[in-house]
Amino acid sequence: MPSVTAVVVGAGHCGLAMSRHLTARSVDHVVLERGEVASSWRTQRWDSLRLLTPNWMTRLPGRDYRGDDPDGYLSASEVADLVTEYAAASAAPVVTGTTVTALRPGGEGFHVDTDRGRWNTRTVIVAAGTTRGNVPAVARRIPALVSIPALQYRNPDQLPAGGVLVVGASASGVQIADELQRSGRPVTLAAGEHVRVPRTYRGRDILWWLDATGILDERWDEVDDLVRARHLPSLQLVGASHTLDLNALQDSGVRLVGRFAGLREGVAQFSGSLANVCALADLKLGRLLDTIDDHAGGRGERLEPTLVRKPPLELSLSSGEIRSVVWATGFRPDFSWVDVPVFDHRGRLLHDGGVTRWPGLYVLGLPMLRRRRSTYIDGARDDAADLAAHVTDALKEAS
Amino acid sequence: MTITTTPIDNGVDVDALLGARAAFAETPEIAQFQWRSSVTWENGTHSRSEVESFYGFADEQAHHQSFTLDADHPLQFASQDKGPTPVEYILVGLGGCLTAGVAAVAQQRQIQLHSVKATLSADMDLHGILGADPEVRNGFSGVKVDYQIEADASEDDIRALVAQSQKRSAVFDIVTNPTDVTVTVV
Repeated sequence: MPSVTAVVVGAGHCGLAMSRHLTARSVDHVVLERGEVASSWRTQRWDSLRLLTPNWMTRLPGRDYRGDDPDGYLSASEVADLVTEYAAASAAPVVTGTTVTALRPGGEGFHVDTDRGRWNTRTVIVAAGTTRGNVPAVARRIPALVSIPALQYRNPDQLPAGGVLVVGASASGVQIADELQRSGRPVTLAAGEHVRVPRTYRGRDILWWLDATGILDERWDEVDDLVRARHLPSLQLVGASHTLDLNALQDSGVRLVGRFAGLREGVAQFSGSLANVCALADLKLGRLLDTIDDHAGGRGERLEPTLVRKPPLELSLSSGEIRSVVWATGFRPDFSWVDVPVFDHRGRLLHDGGVTRWPGLYVLGLPMLRRRRSTYIDGARDDAADLAAHVTDALKEAS
Repeated sequence: MTITTTPIDNGVDVDALLGARAAFAETPEIAQFQWRSSVTWENGTHSRSEVESFYGFADEQAHHQSFTLDADHPLQFASQDKGPTPVEYILVGLGGCLTAGVAAVAQQRQIQLHSVKATLSADMDLHGILGADPEVRNGFSGVKVDYQIEADASEDDIRALVAQSQKRSAVFDIVTNPTDVTVTVV
């Protein structure tokens, strides 16, 4: 049974950032990976997906952006290539094709069981990504329609001709809705709470402003309401030069309805809260742009309020108008293999900035883990540095 | 020059509310509540409801007194008009819930309120409840709530108060989303 001081689970950008810092601190470790390096970037992304963040923000420990298009947005396969090159350049001790099946306390720390044997280790850093869709149970009751989670969506040809109901209006939902509408499939988009932002403001990418104003560096232990900050939907953005908000989608012919609220006798029901969720998003956007203006001085041009027509509250899923449903209802990590008591009564992993209450167990790569930047690839660098310092301090104390 | 600051007081004990949220995090089961009322037919369309007990904080609870509410239909429907119509109680519930929320959110955000008023209206096509047109639903075709608020805050901050109140309102949720209802005869 092989032993190492630390096991990193997952060879994506977070796991590799962690590996780089552990190597720098001379902590012997392995990075266990179920597939190939950057697996989910190769297998769980739709064809046209590009990063929401500009290229200059795609930084990893020891690797800044070096290309000639700092303001562009990498495609999923370019991200996969970048992460793969990074693993090679870092000489990261990655063991591919090895799926972790169970993590339990044992030995001097943990037993990490995989489909290719057991590892003994004192420290485990879970960097396994966000690989599960939050698809509501009702999705299984959709009658005789193609019904897929966003994680399985690849391109419009996957869906039959005819109307599509896209559920969810954050980054995935608006992008998939836009692409399907342009493919000639009339889209109905069910929108709950969302975070509206323009792609650019006052001539700069919105993420440039979030970076420059220090918003991305707001810490998890300093924000007013951490639960809310960690559950904020993704920015309503597309990795392109244009703004893709609900007004833009409606201009392309997308029909907007309220949050998907239920299914009754084959009829989808939508919440009557659409006007309020749009008002909330517009007001929140106004406050963000005020913060930017306070930082920069002056005032930029603001977007029009979101146009809310009188939306239908019901839509028959059996009349033939709707031929498929795409659930862009968020993603969550899969911790089903973690058999360590670090979960709350609803099965949510408890951690303080990535440090769980079980000594030696850490988690990386979750939204707002240690700072707002943690939500993006660019957050892995600082988060991994902080946790690697914690890991080595804890190992020193224990020895 | 001396600057005196008056504590913001909308009569809402936000610390108690936040304390409850913290207590719920420790013992989530105490957050499970049940609301109740009983109703007795009086005569015609007149009924009388009582509200007294409820369940929460892992125990039986009660209001400090029993409340009695009459519901009826107006004279124009050849009824006795001994109370508001049931649909008007929905507006009462919505207005009461949203307004409580405005006060609580204002307190939390340190906004002093001076006056909060709202008018509520709900449109309804009686073809629905009379069974005269199967295309028309029984319930409201739409609800409008118009707030007039005087407070020490900008226009956008006041709009944000009202938006946040809707976001956290039980009755707004009940009115805007489907709810499973089971009616039995025992």
